[in-house]
Amino acid sequence: MRGIFELLKGMWITFKQMFVRPKTYQYPEVKRPVRQRFKGRHVLKRYDNGLEKCIGCSLCAAACPADAIFVEASENTDAKRFSPGERYASTYEINMMRCIFCGYCEDACPTEAIVLGDNYELSFTDRSQSIYTREKLLESVPAGGQTTPQQVQPGMFDRSIPVMKNPD
Amino acid sequence: MDLWLLLEWVVKSAILLAILLTGFAYTTLYERKLAARIQIRIGPNRVGPRGLLQPLADAVKLIFKEELIPASAYKIVFLLAPVLTALPALVILAVVPWGSSIELFGRTISLAIADINLAVLYILSVASISVYGIVLAGWSSNNKYAMLGGLRSSAQMISYELALGLAFVGPILLASSMSLGDIVEAQRGVWYIVYQPLGALIFYIAMLAEVNRAPFDMPEAEQELTAGYHTEYSGMKFALFFMGEYIKMIAVSAIFAALFLGGYRGPFVDQFPLLGPLYLALKIIVSLGIMIWIRATLPRLRYDRLMAFGWKVLLPLALLNIFLTAIAIVVLGL
Repeated sequence: MRGIFELLKGMWITFKQMFVRPKTYQYPEVKRPVRQRFKGRHVLKRYDNGLEKCIGCSLCAAACPADAIFVEASENTDAKRFSPGERYASTYEINMMRCIFCGYCEDACPTEAIVLGDNYELSFTDRSQSIYTREKLLESVPAGGQTTPQQVQPGMFDRSIPVMKNPD
Repeated sequence: MDLWLLLEWVVKSAILLAILLTGFAYTTLYERKLAARIQIRIGPNRVGPRGLLQPLADAVKLIFKEELIPASAYKIVFLLAPVLTALPALVILAVVPWGSSIELFGRTISLAIADINLAVLYILSVASISVYGIVLAGWSSNNKYAMLGGLRSSAQMISYELALGLAFVGPILLASSMSLGDIVEAQRGVWYIVYQPLGALIFYIAMLAEVNRAPFDMPEAEQELTAGYHTEYSGMKFALFFMGEYIKMIAVSAIFAALFLGGYRGPFVDQFPLLGPLYLALKIIVSLGIMIWIRATLPRLRYDRLMAFGWKVLLPLALLNIFLTAIAIVVLGL
């Protein structure tokens, strides 16, 4: 007898749900905001003046457990300057088919250049499109900054590694 | 034989088949929409206005799927099994009346394909044919999961058919007729669900088991048997099994409505006989809704408990129901 009562109780609970507003997000039209610490597609950051934060040290590639990152560094010159350090990443490729979004690259980066962003729409129709190049990953130039490569006064950037603050 | 009578039968059968086939398609949509609402979702809403063309899209998809036949399958039986499952589901509704009769072209046309006097026996015998389809599908696929699904379904359907058959007896006793038309007409005043609440409950549970719906969907238990008897089926052959299941849902709902909910009877049906099919459709839709609601609520029964429930609870209860009904008829002189 008690069993029947329990059954009816269950039925009543599901019946009530019919009159609750659906919680569905109509995805392609309405996008659910991601959480603050969501790990999506990587973004290569810039300084306020437009210079790239990445100095091409390849520590992210070394930290990557899935071996998804490939970095090739080149020397900066004052006529063609990409980053404030001695070198910059002339090639920066992430294979999104290998990436497991663990965030180790973010932790390894000494200049906080690579950050996992909030873009999760990474579908593609061709395998070659899964490789995200430097141009795709770099964020847009902030207001008041100039695009890279920049021409700068000699002696403005004389450190091999830019000055870094301790992270908060 | 009158040629016009033959034509009338053909037209009525064609209408019923068309209604059943579109009804089947829209039952799937109904189930997906209602289950979605119960789970606080919206359900399909992309194809057509409010997702109304979704069944069409599903059908087109299934037609273009590859037809796979396993190399070690027994081919003839494998191909025949889906037909054997879907056909009885279509045939079974022939004896359910959808209205009294109408005047058309100077003829009196009864709104039933064949209101035979042994309708109840016909339903029971035709319904059990589809067990063969399921068993043979499981066996001929040469797959252990399909085989287990087929065996389970035969055991389950045979055990629950007993309770189903006994639940038929209550209305038969009350109407003292085996014809569904007579049973419906006998419910002119009060529906039999009032006289036979236990019988109606037993019938509903047994019919859920008969059409393999949750919580009695043991034969196709997805988690344990991948898909049960239709594991190896694809494309239109799979669609036929699907069709069989959903049309059977409609059919048993119609039979339930005829036995316990007054069939096509409702207000003003005597003045306007065409209201009859409408009332019947309404009752079928409500019954289908309850089936879907149950599916969205209750988990699947364990196999031994399912059998124990069928034999140790439903069967004695059904016998008790007949006993009480018979005594009441004798004592009260109904």
